[in-house]
Amino acid sequence: MHRGRYIWRRTVFALVTVFVAVTLNFVLFRVLPGSAVSRMSRVPGASAELKAALERQFGIDKPIWEQYLLYLKGLATGNLGVSFSNRQPVTSNLAEAFMNTLPLVLTGTLLALAIGILLGVLSAVRRGSVFDHTMTNISVMFYAFPTQFLGAMLLIFFAGVLPSAGMMDPFAVALSPGEQFIDRVRHLILPVATLTLTLYAEYLLIMRSSVLETLGEDYVLTARAKGLSRGRIIRSYSVRNAMLPTVTMIALALGTVVSGAILIEVIYSWPGIGRELYQAVLQRDYPMLQGGFLVITITVIAFNYLADLAYAWLDPRVSD
Amino acid sequence: MTAPGTTVFSLPKRRRSTDRRRGALATALRQPSAIIGLSIIAAFVLMSIFAPLLTPYSSKAVSCGVFEPPSAAHWFGCDDGGIDVLTLVLEGGRVSMWVGFTAAAIAIVIGSAVGILSGYFGGWVDTVLMRITDYFLVIPQIVLMIVIAAVWGPSLGHVIVVIGALMWTATARIVRSQVKTLRERVYVRRVEAIGGSHLRIIMRHILPQLGPLLAASGVLAVTVAVFNETALAFLGLSDPNAITWGVIMERAFTRAAISTGAWWAIVPAGIAVALLILGCYLVGRAIEDALNPRLKISHLALRTWAIRPLGSTEDAKPRAPRKSPTEKGAGS
Repeated sequence: MHRGRYIWRRTVFALVTVFVAVTLNFVLFRVLPGSAVSRMSRVPGASAELKAALERQFGIDKPIWEQYLLYLKGLATGNLGVSFSNRQPVTSNLAEAFMNTLPLVLTGTLLALAIGILLGVLSAVRRGSVFDHTMTNISVMFYAFPTQFLGAMLLIFFAGVLPSAGMMDPFAVALSPGEQFIDRVRHLILPVATLTLTLYAEYLLIMRSSVLETLGEDYVLTARAKGLSRGRIIRSYSVRNAMLPTVTMIALALGTVVSGAILIEVIYSWPGIGRELYQAVLQRDYPMLQGGFLVITITVIAFNYLADLAYAWLDPRVSD
Repeated sequence: MTAPGTTVFSLPKRRRSTDRRRGALATALRQPSAIIGLSIIAAFVLMSIFAPLLTPYSSKAVSCGVFEPPSAAHWFGCDDGGIDVLTLVLEGGRVSMWVGFTAAAIAIVIGSAVGILSGYFGGWVDTVLMRITDYFLVIPQIVLMIVIAAVWGPSLGHVIVVIGALMWTATARIVRSQVKTLRERVYVRRVEAIGGSHLRIIMRHILPQLGPLLAASGVLAVTVAVFNETALAFLGLSDPNAITWGVIMERAFTRAAISTGAWWAIVPAGIAVALLILGCYLVGRAIEDALNPRLKISHLALRTWAIRPLGSTEDAKPRAPRKSPTEKGAGS
């Protein structure tokens, strides 16, 4: 019953956050002075008719509240406007980019999680050993490198060995499906490696300190007194409890994944959502910028919500 | 701290506890990792103060060939415009560190104000402020930064304000939970009973206790601010006229330094960012670990099942090897 209430409250929170993000998006682009849409009708040397036509097209001539309702209506029907640069609907542009980003970000994050959690537990259990020193020092080093720098270094080192740009070889159309798949995987290696390297360090350090904290708990002492094996204590007592703060921290660190993914997509010319955002910025393509902001924000909120649900599943005590 | 005194006799106790708290910061800063971190930061600060004296070249005038490799005259080589990279990196350090420290200061001021108000007054103030914090925490900041920087236009001032105004959430949360416990301390309640104003209690009795915590989050905020600055600059959203480490990397990247093999155009700036972040991180972690006594106890022996007395780390000292530099507080 408690759990049901917890899940209900997290659901409401997630929905309200989405609403806040949607409104923020509107305020940023329409209400603030000098904002993008109000500037759109100010074409240099435009005649009065052109100005009026542009204002009507973007609905700027209407009062703010009406504009807001129109905007919400557009969102509800999946209409985010038309991209300035390629005249395609923003929604279809973003959907394509989103599907391209997914394999990159998911593989990178999952790899980083696996490596970070495993090495974090091992370092905590062998705290102070040579292994621990090496692992923590290396991860602090990777933590300190900016993503774009790490990406550039990998580009320089693997310049001729691995493909460095795009998602697939544009000339590989004639290849068999198997070869095409291998080609795609080869294109995925460098971006995923960069993302993993930038993310795993944070996970390792978080996991290491939360396992260290659980090792001081009384239940670990009790487990030892009961004569449980070392592996059992680590697996079922330490790591299981250490996962709780780790899940929260990882959910909060999702922003790192997003910024990492944007920079990586720019470096490796990966046609994903981060690169769309970058190009929208360069071309001042405001409908795409708005759409990209909304899609990324809603995705992050959704993953945060999933983390909250995972928390409820991991820790039956939550009733707050 | 928890001394159950309501008489004047408990005064010395309070003093001793402040000493101990100040001691936590002092202990943290005596750790080798913190010393290394502080020296890195100090070196960078000195370098950016004396930047014009350290190189004979100008960051505006051409002094060598395009992408000239490192030599005795140009230690880090030259960039695409024939400008000495060492000069650029020193100059960029000035701006980057200015952005980092100012943005971190803004974030800490907002964060501690929100945290103190929320933790001290509780009730609906707490609810409202924490709700706002939660929303800011969930919305991906880098994307919001990109959007705001793009809408407002590229300028160094915007970058600082945007980074500072979006980074305060973590600080607000930590400060709030700390203030909530401080609020219930006997000495705070006593000052309240004597009739001390809220402002006085906050300024004289709560803020000083937050010192180490704010120091740690401030230093860690600098790392995030510098990261975000390089990211924004790399996406072309920084001031085009100001040279920062992010701008140096962005230029090297967009002007094909990588495909021409001119690694020296990008490596020095990247290493500089990494070193500064490493320094801040080491200091921040050392203070954080000193504040977290839970990391010092472990019932699971290192390699064997040797018995360790509960809560006592003194007896275990010869057994426990030295901790890694990142988690100094964890061992000794």
